Amino acid sequence: MNRSFVARNPSVLIFLALLALFTLGVTILSEGFGVGMISTSFVKTLGKTLCLCLVAVAMDLIWGYAGILSLGHFAFFGLGGYMIGMWLMYERTRLIVVDALAQGSMPPTPQEVVDGIGNQIFGVVGSSEFPAVWAFADSLTLQLALVVLVPGLLALVFGWLAFRSRVTGVYLSILTQAMTLALALYLFQNDSGLRGNNGLSGLQNLPGVTASQDVVSMWFFWGSALALGLGYLLAAWVVSGKFGSVIRGIRDNEARVRFLGYSVEAYKLALFTLTACIAGIAGALYYPQAGIINPAEIAPIASIYLAVWVAIGGRGRLYGAVIGAAVVSLLSSWFTGGQAPDIPLGFYTVKWVDWWLVLLGLSFVGVTLFAPQGIGGLVDLISDRLRPDRHGADLGPDQGSLREKEARK
Amino acid sequence: MCPLRSIADCIPMIRVIAATLALLLTSLSASAQDTNGAIQQVLQEHSVAILKSSRTTIGPAIDAVADSGLPQAQAVLQAWSDRNMWVRAADGLFFRATEAEGGYSLTDFDTGETVGVFGSDALDQIKPNSGIRALIGTALVQFQLKDPNPRRRQDALTSISRNPDPALLKPLRNSIEMETDPNLKAQKLRQERLLTIGYDEDPDARVQAMADMSGDLSVDVRAALNPLVATRRAVVKGAAQGEVPAGTNVARILTPGSDALPKVEAYDMLVAADLAPPRVTDAAIRTALEANIAEGRVGDVAVQQLGTDAARRAAYIALADAGTVPPFISEEAVQETLDGFTFYDAYADPSPQITDAANDALNAIRLKVGLNQAADLTLDALSLASIYFLAAIGLAITFGVMGVINMAHGEFIMMGAYTGYVVQQIIPNHTLSIIVAIPLAFAVTFAAGVAMERLVIRWLYNRPLETLLATFGISIALQQLAKNIFGTQARPLTAPAWLDGAMTLNDVVSISYIRIAIFFLALFFLAVFLFIMKRTRLGLETRAVTQNPRMAASMGINPGRVNMLTFGLGSGIAGVAGVAIGLFAKVTSEMGSDYIVQSFMTVVVGGVGNIWGTLAGAAMIGFLQKGIEWGNPSNTLAAQTYMIIFIIIFIQFRPRGIIALKGRAAGD
Repeated sequence: MNRSFVARNPSVLIFLALLALFTLGVTILSEGFGVGMISTSFVKTLGKTLCLCLVAVAMDLIWGYAGILSLGHFAFFGLGGYMIGMWLMYERTRLIVVDALAQGSMPPTPQEVVDGIGNQIFGVVGSSEFPAVWAFADSLTLQLALVVLVPGLLALVFGWLAFRSRVTGVYLSILTQAMTLALALYLFQNDSGLRGNNGLSGLQNLPGVTASQDVVSMWFFWGSALALGLGYLLAAWVVSGKFGSVIRGIRDNEARVRFLGYSVEAYKLALFTLTACIAGIAGALYYPQAGIINPAEIAPIASIYLAVWVAIGGRGRLYGAVIGAAVVSLLSSWFTGGQAPDIPLGFYTVKWVDWWLVLLGLSFVGVTLFAPQGIGGLVDLISDRLRPDRHGADLGPDQGSLREKEARK
Repeated sequence: MCPLRSIADCIPMIRVIAATLALLLTSLSASAQDTNGAIQQVLQEHSVAILKSSRTTIGPAIDAVADSGLPQAQAVLQAWSDRNMWVRAADGLFFRATEAEGGYSLTDFDTGETVGVFGSDALDQIKPNSGIRALIGTALVQFQLKDPNPRRRQDALTSISRNPDPALLKPLRNSIEMETDPNLKAQKLRQERLLTIGYDEDPDARVQAMADMSGDLSVDVRAALNPLVATRRAVVKGAAQGEVPAGTNVARILTPGSDALPKVEAYDMLVAADLAPPRVTDAAIRTALEANIAEGRVGDVAVQQLGTDAARRAAYIALADAGTVPPFISEEAVQETLDGFTFYDAYADPSPQITDAANDALNAIRLKVGLNQAADLTLDALSLASIYFLAAIGLAITFGVMGVINMAHGEFIMMGAYTGYVVQQIIPNHTLSIIVAIPLAFAVTFAAGVAMERLVIRWLYNRPLETLLATFGISIALQQLAKNIFGTQARPLTAPAWLDGAMTLNDVVSISYIRIAIFFLALFFLAVFLFIMKRTRLGLETRAVTQNPRMAASMGINPGRVNMLTFGLGSGIAGVAGVAIGLFAKVTSEMGSDYIVQSFMTVVVGGVGNIWGTLAGAAMIGFLQKGIEWGNPSNTLAAQTYMIIFIIIFIQFRPRGIIALKGRAAGD
């Protein structure tokens, strides 16, 4: 096993090359830096899609590789968004308030500035005091650190509690869903300190930057592409080494790995926390492009959609997650955006805005039943990959998935 | 006022004045009026006040009529209040007038005889304003309390309880004796106690009345007691307690800076009472400085340097020293001023005997109210628990017994509720429609459950995570389908009229009939579940198949068929639960997802595979949620948040739920 990392994982190189090509193409066609064939709003959609791909990679790590169906990763994604959103909102409001106060007869005191910002931000929830969670909102460095630390810490505490009591399988899924619901409900309150269901808004405006949205959207697009590239590389590296083998071992048979002397809980916890951090970073890049974040984004349904993307793309392979997230989220915005043509049936016209979710739900059932490999499974047809000889054991990530002899034609 | 209006408007007023003058003349020769009846004489004695119709001077006139002891007094007051009393301009006599052809027909109050019909130009209407009518109403109460018609007596009591008045105490007491209706008598006695608390002149009687009523939960008792213990905050110069004026009924002495009286508030009181100069706030400093900027400097400080509070204060003090602005008041000065005063709360009632008794009575009531609130909370929690149980019982079969994660369970609840809604569109009778809807909802969701089991779930046994995802796909498809068919707005599912309203035990404890019905429905389904699982062939086969499908198959049981029926049963129960939940919640396409997490929590917390566990789980979650809501009122969101966190922690200590299966049944 002396071959290099890239040689062992040719898909990484192909993926990175395709990503670079895609980024270059979009840059050339964009309004900000190129010929202007792609509108700024579509650049934003593409940038957001890249972030969704990144969180899907994190989901694939935890579900496809470690077999933990977490229904809480979109909560970590949202938390990352909230953390960066706090700084963006604070700083932009500060600049506006300082400008407004500078018109006065005398320079403002620091207290006057803080009061002014508080009034601006918390006026909608009938308050002007800064809650304790905003303590670091004035510092970009600290908030950037919190983007990683807050989701990471939550995942660490929750994971530690869940894994040490050996909650596994569907119980763990339901527990993570409950955690997500609790977080969303908490943030919905006006006195949670994060503006209740108003959420944080105006995030698309970078404080102190005068460049137009055409340019700023490209910055974020590059940032998202870079993050996705690095995240993919990290994920590929994590699963390719010894750590990855143990993780896959846990997925296939947790008890055996434990009897071999590995600390299963520590491995799971490390991976759970790492993926939560990646999700946080993805969220921090996503929401400045979306412009607004509110607790509805964190609702359990979002995390389930994340699982849907990964399942449709094909779990257990990183590029599958990326394909699934990109295809489903772009298709979804195409259908729900009203661009898809209606189908007249004579007695009834199928409007895709209404029927897209039905189609998605049913196709999801179809994928689960008939194509557990997902879209990524198509790659196997091209690469003619040989299935590993498992001596008749399970093929899939779960106990009870298709056995080898059943899969044979 | 007159010049501003047209002359025509003024004519009645002129006429009134003329009539008044005429009356004055006639009343001077009162002895000549012997021909007038007794009540007419009373009216004539007070005719000036009656014609003036002013709230401030009318009192004696009303009292004179009411206390005249004449049998016609009530009729006069009633006519007066109803604006049916008119005065004849010619002689100033008062009559009851009814509209008749060519003017008004006048009736003599004393004799009851019709005097004749007069044109409206020969008459003036007495128009009491609402204030006067209220006074007349009070006077009328004593007559109404003795009215032969019990309905009238009831109205009078209601009016007393709405507007208690010291003057009503005596007539009320007088009327108790002759009261024949036991219900009205009880009300009168009770009202008499309440008025005694508030208005009796004898303090001992008031204390006694308070003691009598101290166990009563009604709001009106507290409404009678609370004004007695209402306090007024006051301040007096001098630091010693003895400075409080003698005769003041002091509730407590306050220390500035305590929770009850923050320093700022205390100082503001002094300012409001002109006992201290106003504090110079930061905003005031800023205004003062802005007003005194001269050549870019103020108080010897450059304007550019005024960016801190300290610099601004220094500049202000400089201005104050120069005498341009009021002096700055430092924290020390504030403290010194506060030290020189005594702050206290005083009762409005000067007698400590009364206020102590009122406080004792209120404390006794508070304790009783607290106990009753606890009982009410228990009922609420029980009803919430039965809702959770009802929502989770279908899941207890599909998830608990069969081990199938059905994320579309909530959508089965929704389907049941929509079935109820559709049935109500066809059968307008609410009672009948509910009776039809329950079996129909069961049939619809049973069929949907069987179809889902046949088409999807049977291919995914042993792959729980994929079952979860596939059923979730079905769940979003069903939700969107419901949205496409029924629209996004909530649809009503109306309960039959006999389920409207609430069972009220007393003023604090009450529970609506729908919730009682749901409680019994939950009990019924518990019995159905136990019966099917323990007493029927299907239950036996289900238990056999879930324990060991291969062994069961070798015994001649068809596992496919049993699984199908069991899943259908669980789904059908969810549909019936949907009808019940739809009765008190709105039917929307998203109603199922509101319950799905809680339902799974109920099953997991209780212990999978055991119906008693589900019952315990529902009880725990219901009581917990109500308990948290009670500790943190008006915040259901927070209650749910804390409850979920509690459940996550609870699972740490009992990972297999409250009632864990043991031995072979526990599987792995």
